[in-house]
Amino acid sequence: MKNAFTPEMWLSVVPEIGLLILAVLLLILDMIWLKKAAERAKWLGWITSVGVLLIMGGAMLWAFPHQNSLEWGGMLRFDAAGFIFRMIFMSGAVLTSLFASQFEILKNRGEFYVLLLVSTLGMNLMASAADLILLFLAIETTSIPLYVMAGFLTRDERSVEAGIKYFLFGAVTSAVMLYGFSLIYGFTGTTQLYELRAAFQAGNLPPALAALVVLLVLVGFGFKISAAPFHFWAPDVYQGAPTPVAGFLSTASKAAGFAVVLRFLQVAFSDQSGWWSILIALLSVASMIIGNYLALAQRSTKRLLAYSSIAQAGYMLIGVAAGSELGTTAVVYYLMAYLVTNLAAFGIVNLVENRVGTDEINAMAGLNRKSAGLALAMLAAMLSLGGIPPFAGFFAKLLVFAAAVERGMIWLVLVGILNAVVGLYYYLNVLKVIYLYPPVEEKEIVAARPAWRIALLVCVAGILLIGFWLVPWYSLAQAATNAIWIY
Amino acid sequence: MQFPILTTLIFTPIITGIILLLMPAEQKEWIRRVALAAASVILLLSLFLYFSYDVGRGGYQFVESAAWLPQLGIGYHLGVDGISLPLVLLAGLVIFSGVLVSWNVEDRPREFFSFLMFLGASVLGVFCALDLFLLFFFFELAVFPKYLMIVVWGYPKTREYGGMKLTLYLFIGSVIALVGTLAIYFGSGLRTFDLLALEQAGFPLEFQRLWFPFVFLGFAILGGIFPFHSWAPDGHVAAPTAISMLLAGVEMKVGAFAALRVAIQLLPEGAQYWAPAVLFLATINVVYGAFIAMVQTDFKYVIGFSSVSHMGLVLIGFATLNRDGLIGASMQMFSHGVMTALFFAVVGMVYDRAHTREIGSLGGLVQKMPWAAVGFIIGGLVSMGMPGFSGFVSEFPVFMGAWQKAPLVAVVAILGILITAAYIFLVVRRVFFGEIPAELDKSVGDVSRKDKLVIALLSLVMILLGWFPSLLTRLIEPGVQSILALMGGGR
Repeated sequence: MKNAFTPEMWLSVVPEIGLLILAVLLLILDMIWLKKAAERAKWLGWITSVGVLLIMGGAMLWAFPHQNSLEWGGMLRFDAAGFIFRMIFMSGAVLTSLFASQFEILKNRGEFYVLLLVSTLGMNLMASAADLILLFLAIETTSIPLYVMAGFLTRDERSVEAGIKYFLFGAVTSAVMLYGFSLIYGFTGTTQLYELRAAFQAGNLPPALAALVVLLVLVGFGFKISAAPFHFWAPDVYQGAPTPVAGFLSTASKAAGFAVVLRFLQVAFSDQSGWWSILIALLSVASMIIGNYLALAQRSTKRLLAYSSIAQAGYMLIGVAAGSELGTTAVVYYLMAYLVTNLAAFGIVNLVENRVGTDEINAMAGLNRKSAGLALAMLAAMLSLGGIPPFAGFFAKLLVFAAAVERGMIWLVLVGILNAVVGLYYYLNVLKVIYLYPPVEEKEIVAARPAWRIALLVCVAGILLIGFWLVPWYSLAQAATNAIWIY
Repeated sequence: MQFPILTTLIFTPIITGIILLLMPAEQKEWIRRVALAAASVILLLSLFLYFSYDVGRGGYQFVESAAWLPQLGIGYHLGVDGISLPLVLLAGLVIFSGVLVSWNVEDRPREFFSFLMFLGASVLGVFCALDLFLLFFFFELAVFPKYLMIVVWGYPKTREYGGMKLTLYLFIGSVIALVGTLAIYFGSGLRTFDLLALEQAGFPLEFQRLWFPFVFLGFAILGGIFPFHSWAPDGHVAAPTAISMLLAGVEMKVGAFAALRVAIQLLPEGAQYWAPAVLFLATINVVYGAFIAMVQTDFKYVIGFSSVSHMGLVLIGFATLNRDGLIGASMQMFSHGVMTALFFAVVGMVYDRAHTREIGSLGGLVQKMPWAAVGFIIGGLVSMGMPGFSGFVSEFPVFMGAWQKAPLVAVVAILGILITAAYIFLVVRRVFFGEIPAELDKSVGDVSRKDKLVIALLSLVMILLGWFPSLLTRLIEPGVQSILALMGGGR
């Protein structure tokens, strides 16, 4: 192989190398320097987040892909899409590690932060994988730490159940997906995403079989993005897992799933877009309806957010189903908006849960009287999820609907807007509890830690900025779209 | 570049709202003062706009334009014309009055006045927007203040139901309109949300006919169009006084205004095609609303349904698509806004003192609160279109317009006004005259000075307009002419 080591090759994995070094460093620190639990609780979250921030900064300065190229023998694609998605995942990791330092059991456990970093590393690879083998490995690298993180509270039955349930669902769906991959390889003789299209065009894969393959693969992807009908794990896992983990699962992990869906469908199967568009639209409708209608009946905030996240996946899938550049841009924008929004919501639930001792919606009663700022933050998060300006979710929803209108999929938009109305109902109900009902008694006086406060502040600032300062975020989303669409 | 006065107008309430939220909750007196100061600034700015609009030049003035998201053709584009300027003034009046009548809100005034300011920013923004995206942005901005203010400070028995119903109805309406708007955006092929550019897009006939109902109906739901009107009485009754005033007085005009500006101005041929259907529904609004208002036993519901009835006249005026009808509709938007704000203010004053709104258990209140009684009677005279009051000069052109288009509509709608007269007289007699119940005799006192100021201000506006309709028509006339020009210059 000529030019075995080009600079781009190394630049393309700068963030991953950084994350790996940080993870190892953290393990060493955890064992050697930070002996006392209190010390670890104080520093681990900060070290992780600042470390990841430095990696992000470094990558932005030195490792920004100025042109698209395939690296590592076609394993990785070094492009803006991968880069921007990495930034999304790593921002999620930064915020999650800050939020986690408010969580009693996680905050002094070095291995938790290491798992978080490894999982983020896997997501990074998912976003830039250009080969089925690497894609599968990346998905597993992402998922296995997440299984452990979901079941991290070994003394809490629900957490253990969450871990096992997540693992079993993940294992089965990965197996189905892998079967799809093997069919692809068997018929085309290649695992390289960018070569697959040519192979399909040559007619190596009969149409009926192509349909089957996409269906099998979508099972795996659908699991990652928690789209119906592959959503069954989500409510139990979100409720049982430590709250910061649930937040991470619902945002970064979902974003990773979408990164793969967008690239895979657009690159390998762009010629078959006619019918996978319908398939995705059906998934979207199912997710929106199931997510929204089941959310109506929830009493636990975390379960509510779980069903809401299924519904949100449905809205994002509208953008995927549109199969247009605007659609892809809309999904990326939506993911950025959703990241800050949902992390803020889970962060607040985390604190309220600590204080009141339950994650029921009623635990938030009277939050406005107790701490007006927290109530406002929750207001921003809920309205952003509901798609109300000036919060981020408004423009994101508008973009996905616009993408579908552009393609003439009016029926899908109508289903979407009716669901948005249903969604607004339960988001407003949460606000009603916060603003109207008399305060509930707090069992424990838990002070919000500085790390937690900063993370929440960043999230709320993000919700507002993505909501009305549109140009920078839209440009990023567009850059990612161009990288996926032009090859 | 001139001073960005519209931006100042819109951002005064937004910044005030944020400042209020940052103030300590215990400083209730200061919170009220800040809110009042902001409301005064808004009123003064809107008056300034009213007086400095150059009628001779017409068209959109005080225009500000900046790129917002150029990739999608979204701009920050503001401007007012003869149609929107009276509504800006109306909003200024009602926000000012709303702050004054809410002076005694004791439960979390900080949040109350802050949300009130956000609601004010939303309506002002819609009236001034010349970009469809901007218009939607401000339109939807109203969702959370509306909902939370009704639910938290509203009438305890119905606030959760009324607030949710109102919010969801209006959200459905706005998202339906959004689909239509997106279709307009892509259909035009211009890749811009700019209203002025889209006006010239020349959409094909089929396109206009298909999408007009989406956009018009979506917005008209907020205008209270039959059969999607039932949120209005329920929501307005459940809301606290200031919010009832703003919702019925200004928000319903936001709906009607957006229906005019987006649906009728962008899709004029669609409007012509669907006009008979709109006329039909709006006529039902007028008559049905009046009949239902007559049988209400709750004082506030009477006013709630009267709004449905009167907004019907606005929609009839729109659907005539002729000069008289449109002038009348624009006048009626202003006149009804002031009138219904006054009505709700008086209802609130009565309820605060008598602690009941059952018409049967009220009576003789003229002895206790003469100002309120006089204010309500003036409002009533406006409502039934008595000459010398703003109602006459705004309803009469609507009937003239309707007569040219469909005489039957005019006849039936005038019938609705007769019923209005009947229920207004009934309410006035039962609530303000006759025997005063013994317990009310003891407990009810007169209204406060601030309340009197509100009553005087709003009454004065209506009387002034009744004698000098040219105060508004001089603005509205050129605005209507430019809409008619879009219809192909039809008279």
